[in-house]
Amino acid sequence: MTHKIEISGVSKWFRRNGEEIPAMRETSLAIEEGRFVSIIGPSGCGKSTLFNIIAGLMPPSTGKVMADGKDIVGTTGYVGYMLQKDMLLPWRTILDNIILGMEVRGVPYKEAVERALPLMEKYGLKGFDKHYPRELSGGMRQRAALLRTLLYDRDIILLDEPFGALDAQTRLTMQNWLLQIWEDFGKTVLFVTHDIDEAIYLSDDIYVFSSRPGRIKSKITVTMERPRKTEDMTSPAFMELKHHLMDLLSAGHEEEQIS
Amino acid sequence: METARKEAFIVHAVTPAESAAGSSKRPEVVPYILDEEGLERRRSRRIVWGRAAVAVLVFLVWEVFTRIGLLDSYYWSSPSAILRTTWTQITEGTLLRDITYTSGSTILGFVFGTFLGALLGLSFWWSKSYAGISEPYLIILNAMPKLALAPVLVILLGIGFFSKVALAFSMTVVVSALSAYSGVKSVDPDMEKLMYSLGAKRHQVFTKVVVPWSMPWIISSLRINIALALAGAIVGEFIASSQGVGRMIMYAGTILDINLVWVGVVVLSLLSMVMYWGVVVLEKWLSKGLTKQ
Repeated sequence: MTHKIEISGVSKWFRRNGEEIPAMRETSLAIEEGRFVSIIGPSGCGKSTLFNIIAGLMPPSTGKVMADGKDIVGTTGYVGYMLQKDMLLPWRTILDNIILGMEVRGVPYKEAVERALPLMEKYGLKGFDKHYPRELSGGMRQRAALLRTLLYDRDIILLDEPFGALDAQTRLTMQNWLLQIWEDFGKTVLFVTHDIDEAIYLSDDIYVFSSRPGRIKSKITVTMERPRKTEDMTSPAFMELKHHLMDLLSAGHEEEQIS
Repeated sequence: METARKEAFIVHAVTPAESAAGSSKRPEVVPYILDEEGLERRRSRRIVWGRAAVAVLVFLVWEVFTRIGLLDSYYWSSPSAILRTTWTQITEGTLLRDITYTSGSTILGFVFGTFLGALLGLSFWWSKSYAGISEPYLIILNAMPKLALAPVLVILLGIGFFSKVALAFSMTVVVSALSAYSGVKSVDPDMEKLMYSLGAKRHQVFTKVVVPWSMPWIISSLRINIALALAGAIVGEFIASSQGVGRMIMYAGTILDINLVWVGVVVLSLLSMVMYWGVVVLEKWLSKGLTKQ
């Protein structure tokens, strides 16, 4: 079976002050189409580096990245990529921001708007098309950023801690919103987070990264039923998995303190 | 009424706010609400009246002191004399043509200098090496008083209109370039990353992110540029010119017509105020939607 995206033996080394420092050790991931996959790990373990490599913004020191059977190392624009900062252009209206991906690809303005407006309506941004980013709350801006990523129309989406800067209440709303969108569009999602609860709640699979230099310590498949509901977050099954992950991650912390 | 649940928490009963029935014995309490908007309005009015009063006072004192001899009217002229001379210059002299000449060279130099300077500063985004090599030379050019080059420029380009435009241009172009470059240096790398992740080519990143991002920096240099352009035009006229307000001041100085000198000073002040106000309007128009968080 061809996986939707396959990362094999990817590592990244940097040169600092003449020394070669590993940021990420050989990492391999194989993800099937339509799965929601989270990556959790301590800060600085290389999660964002991995994303940069997959998005083609940075070449790996070793290894390959295959998507749909093609080598996409160094190819930008193959996957959708969303950062923690919403990166909405402050001088553009929300609508003009959302169509940015299509605009870059040369889609005519009218057509782009026609595709964007119904999505805005359906997913909670109705009426905000002429507003500017500074007029919106953090949660709304992240929705706009995500819609922009969606409209860029790639099967694979990378989300790098998109809800990290939001308050807890908003985060919960956004998580449910994201799940809704994922169900509606069937994208293959790679999601980086610090938040164990978030990883368990959202994902099909969770990869646990060790501390720097990062490598995959463990892969866990979440077997809780979908669609997930907020009450699931306090179920015994959830708590058990959460304990397991917390142990895994704190073991990683001790490693870091010793070394 | 408190109810304890298991061993983890206690739920307290909260009494609701005073109902109308409960406070029938006491009179209504009027809340104290500060009228901040009213205070603001009164202050604004005070300020407007105060400004008008200062202007009137200055002219009044000037006129009166000249008439009673506290100020020597030979050196200080007087508001009435200035008005009279201005009227003569308009009707029998060339004042209006001079104003047009000076304004024209100022505005042309300002527009070209700002525009080309901004382009130069923005071009530094394309290559860090090219930017690094050019930057110190730009800083030197900025530090150098371009007005000192005025005689050279007049010799090179003649005493006509063009040399004044060139002077105004030289004053503004470097400031603009450095301002635009400041903007370029501060572009958020994550924003560039976003564009590249959307598959954008370099020139798209330039037009869609770098230029709009740097606009506030360019706009902030406009106010200083207009003053510099005017100064450049005037100095050019001082050195050699057949027309213009600067020439008029110079001429009046040489023939010791102090009234006329003051007319020139007043006209210049008014001119610079009008141009400054024009730039403020321009700023507002350019900034529509450009303000950052």
